[in-house]
Parts: sequence; C-alpha cells; structure tokens
Amino acid sequence: MSFLSLKGLGKRFGNFVAVDQLDLDVERGEFISLLGPSGCGKTTTLQMVAGFIEPSSGSISVAGRDITNLRPEKRGMGVVFQSYALFPHMTVEQNIAFGLEMRGVSGQQLKSRVGDTLSLVRLDGLGQRYPRQLSGGQRQRVAIARALAIQPEVLLLDEPMSNLDAKLREEMHIEMRAIQKHLNITTVLVTHDQVEAMTMSDRIAVMYGGRIVQLDTPYNAYEHPASNFASTFLGKTNKFDAQALPAENQPSSRVKIGSHTLETAPYRLRGTVHAYIRPEKIRLSPAGSPGLSGKIKTRLFLGTLWMLEVETELGLLRVSAPNQDPLSHNEGDLVSLTWNPRDMQVLPAAEEAHA
Amino acid sequence: MPSLPARINWVPWLFSAPALAVFVSMLLTPLVLTGLLSLYVFDGMRGIQDTLTLHNFVEIFTDSYYLEIFTRTAAMSAGVTFICIAIGVPETLILSRMQGRWKSIFLLIVLAPLLISVIVRTLGWSILLGANGLINQTLLELGIVDKPIRMVFTMTGVTIAMVHVMVPFMIMSVWATIQKLDPQIEQASLSLGASRLKTFFQVILPQLLPGILSGSIIVFALSASAFATPALLGGRKLKVVATAAYDEFLSTLNWPLGAAIVIVLLVANIIVIIGCNRWVENRFRAVFEG
Repeated sequence: MSFLSLKGLGKRFGNFVAVDQLDLDVERGEFISLLGPSGCGKTTTLQMVAGFIEPSSGSISVAGRDITNLRPEKRGMGVVFQSYALFPHMTVEQNIAFGLEMRGVSGQQLKSRVGDTLSLVRLDGLGQRYPRQLSGGQRQRVAIARALAIQPEVLLLDEPMSNLDAKLREEMHIEMRAIQKHLNITTVLVTHDQVEAMTMSDRIAVMYGGRIVQLDTPYNAYEHPASNFASTFLGKTNKFDAQALPAENQPSSRVKIGSHTLETAPYRLRGTVHAYIRPEKIRLSPAGSPGLSGKIKTRLFLGTLWMLEVETELGLLRVSAPNQDPLSHNEGDLVSLTWNPRDMQVLPAAEEAHA
Repeated sequence: MPSLPARINWVPWLFSAPALAVFVSMLLTPLVLTGLLSLYVFDGMRGIQDTLTLHNFVEIFTDSYYLEIFTRTAAMSAGVTFICIAIGVPETLILSRMQGRWKSIFLLIVLAPLLISVIVRTLGWSILLGANGLINQTLLELGIVDKPIRMVFTMTGVTIAMVHVMVPFMIMSVWATIQKLDPQIEQASLSLGASRLKTFFQVILPQLLPGILSGSIIVFALSASAFATPALLGGRKLKVVATAAYDEFLSTLNWPLGAAIVIVLLVANIIVIIGCNRWVENRFRAVFEG
C-alpha cells in the first residue's frame, strides 16, 4: 500500500475549481513532483496535504492513517516554503531547534540533533547567525534543515528553489536529491520548473486545470507525453495539425500533414490529431540528401547545443544540434531533415481528452 | 589620502532653510526663553525678579506635591501605554486579516478619534461617563448597580478617554510592522508542531515587538504631555504635569515655576524616549535591520 495517498481530493473557491477530484499515491521514500503552470492547482494540493487549506472533498492519508481533518501542527510534515519563511528573530540554531522544542526534545539531545542537521545541509559554523545575515542559498539550506530536523515522515517542498539564481539552483537540485535519498524521506515537490522536476523526481505528476494529466517517470513523461499539454509543457517540441490515416498492417502508423504523408509512432486515433517531434530528435544533413528539405532561418548558440529554426514545407521547425564540432550550417543554408518515425508522437487534437 | 580642500555644499542648507527658519523661530526660541524663565526668582508680592536661581527646580524635586503629580503622570502614561498595547495589538491583527471594504471601514473607525477635536471628544466622554450619563443610566436601569459609579474626575475616566485617542497611534505603528510579516512564517510554525497560541507568542509577537515598542514610545510621550483630556476629565484634584504647569502660569502667575515644571517634563520625556530607542536598536539590530 502506498505511503501518502490522496483520494478524490478537491478544492473549490466559490465557483472556481482549484483542484478537481485528484488521486495520487506516493510510495515510501519516493520523490514526486507536482509540475504545472501557475493556477494548475499544484500549490493548493500541497497546502491541503500540509493542512493549511481544508479540502472541499476527498481524503488524505499517511501510512494508512486518515489525516484529512488533522490540524497542520499535528501532521508532523516538514514543509519548505518558497519564501523560506525563516523566523527572523531567531538564530539559525534556534530556527532549526524550534520544531524539536515543540516536540519536547531538550538538553544534549536537542543540541546534537541541531548540530547533525546543520552538518547535513553543510552549514556548520553558521548556527549563531540570524537569517538576515545569510545569503539566499544559505537561507534555503536553513529552511531545508528546519524542516528535516523534526524527522518528518513526509517532506513538502513548495517551489523552494525559485528564488535562487540558475547556477545555485542546479547545485541545490543535486544536493537536495542526495539528501532525500540518504534519508529515504517521502517527498512531494511543487514546481513550475520542468528541469527541476525532471532532475529530482522519481515520478512527475503533470498538472493542468486542477487535475493530474500525466503521472510517470521523468523519462517516460518526456518521451511519451500522454497529452498535448504535457508534450508542450515538458521541454520544447514541434507541433503539427494532422489528419489520422488508417493503419495498413504496418509496424508504424501514418499521418497526413498538409499534403505530406509521414510515418509516425503507432497510434489508434481517427480524424484530426496533433503530431509532435522534439527538436533534438531531428537530424541535419546537407541539402540534396533524402529527407525533408528546408532553409535555416535563424541560428542560436546555447552553449551545449545549437538551436536552429528551419523553414520547411511543413512549417517552421525547431531543430537542435549538439555542440560537438563547429556547426557547418549558417543562416540561409539549405539542409535536409530526417528523423526516426517512432519519434513522431501522435495525440488527439481535443485538449485533455483523458488523463 | 591627501585631504581635498573643504567645499561647502550649500544646496541642502538652502533647501532646508524655510523649515529651519520655522523651527528656530517657532520652537527653539520659545523653548530657550522658557528655559531661561525657569531660572528666575518669583516673589509673590513683586512678581518676577532679575536674580537667577535653581530654586524652582529644587522645589519641584523636593516638594512631595510635585512628586505626586509627576508620579501620577508617569503612572497614567504607563497605564495608557499598556492598555493601548493590550487593545491595539489584537485589533491590528484582526484588521490586517480583514478583506477589502470591511478593512477600510474599520480602519476609518479606528482612526476616527484623531479626526475629532479634542474638546468635542472629551466632552463626549464626560457626557457618557457622567453620574447621569448614558453608561450609569444603563447600569442603573439594568439593576447592575444601585448608585451611579463615579467615573468623571477619576483616573479611570481620564485613562479611558486617553486610551481612546492613543490607540490609533499604536495601531498605525504595529500596522507598519505587520505589513512586513511573511504570511508563510505562521504556516511554517504550525508545520513544525507549534500550537496557534505558541505560534502567536513565540513567532508572531516577537516580530511585532519593534512596532509595539515604537508605538509605546509615541503613546507614552503624548500621554505624559497631554493637557486637554486630563484637564476636562480629571479636574482640579487629579492634576498631571501639564495641568500643573498651566495652573502655575495662569492661576498662581508663578511663571518661573511653571517654566521649570515644563522643562523637567520635557527632559524626562526625552530621557524615556531616547532610552527606549537605544534599547530597541541594540536589542534588534541583528534581527530587523535593513
């Protein structure tokens, strides 16, 4: 049985449905991300799990125990907030000790647990500082330490990295994941940052309109998005309006885009569909080679890769090329584009037909 | 580093000149004159004499009559300050959690005492608190008391009326600090297992302290020098420093003694304010600076 379980969880604010009949099962020690744009209900869901918002419907249970009506102070969950929400009038040590003191831990035991937690987040020696005297990254670590000090069964992270600069954020992703694995703590992260969700999570719950539209491992969610929303929100992609063509006993299916007929990954749909191909799945070859011919319109250097926009008969296609050798193609050059048919995904055109 | 030839920048002086002129002519000059006046000898028969003396100050510090007045003023100011904290802080917390229209309406009600003339407000209170006033009549009608409670010309009456006009200062001061609070901090405290009560006393209240303390300084200083309310509601018997000084000037016509009383009040007030300010700054420098 799953450790943290949300069943039919819903929240309305007047006529607005923030969270709609949400079901989610998180295993013990699992790291799950609720990923979606602002207003998708991810933060409301987390707030209900933490107990700050009362659900309109449904139930929440931890380790088989129903906690739906339990007050937040009785839930014992570690929460890391977007603003860090450190107590400004307390030192780092006092901040970390606060939760332990509320649990009646005192004396030598309190001291050693505060010390251990400080070491865990590599803040040794900063215990006497006040939050104001710390950098953003250090405050973030204090917030994590304070939540972990009470040894919670569930750790809730509410966009905790969004106030950090890009480089620090990447480091924290790796470190946070390491700490989470080390403690084997069940974790739910709320984020709108798909990179953050992919780097840290065991599974990603892509949310849209108050519902989970896809729940999968980062790799599967990226490679096989189950909905139009998931395919455009997770990473970059090229999208085509297409017509489904009847299958002809082949291993692959086909679609019609404009006047072109293209092979795709197998699908079972009829009528109007959307076809997707990721920029990194497209290969560039010199003009005249077999494939879709096009003309490079723009060329951007992004460090790890080149991002090209290529004008073709199917429309403007984004193509990325790894930065291995100096790119021989310039803006205005004619090229030929090829890809493996199974990398072209086909999804129903009607938005969010099923989860 | 070699020192550059000093160049005086006249612009700031020029811009502050009008304010400086007003300040010097309207405040500093009378203050200095009052200070000088307090050093003159007063003779009951012949009026103010041309001899300088510290006798007036000696009288204030040795006569138990003045000691009582100063003690009463300090006690009243301290009492008003504490009641203002007790009423103002919860009131501000409630106000800050109100929504939209209700918030503005209640804020206006809270600040209303400041918009009404002190005389009108105080007379209003004496009508309410009088022996035949609304409060006593209601209590009598309901049979809660069998004879009117004396409230006018008592410390209770003065304190009630003072609190009424001082609470807005406390609220405005605490309001400023509440706006800076991070609402997630309260949630953080709850998530760490603190009850609502502990959250308030250990997490919210300490963060409001700077606001409460600066509000207290304002309320204390204004209460200590208040004149109209103690004069109208306290009467002859319940003299405070400001009314005592007034009496020396206008009844006894002993201007030097009146001036000395005023100077002592001013200095005492300054000592209290600066002392509190120092303490607050030292106590909270690391926490709330910037």
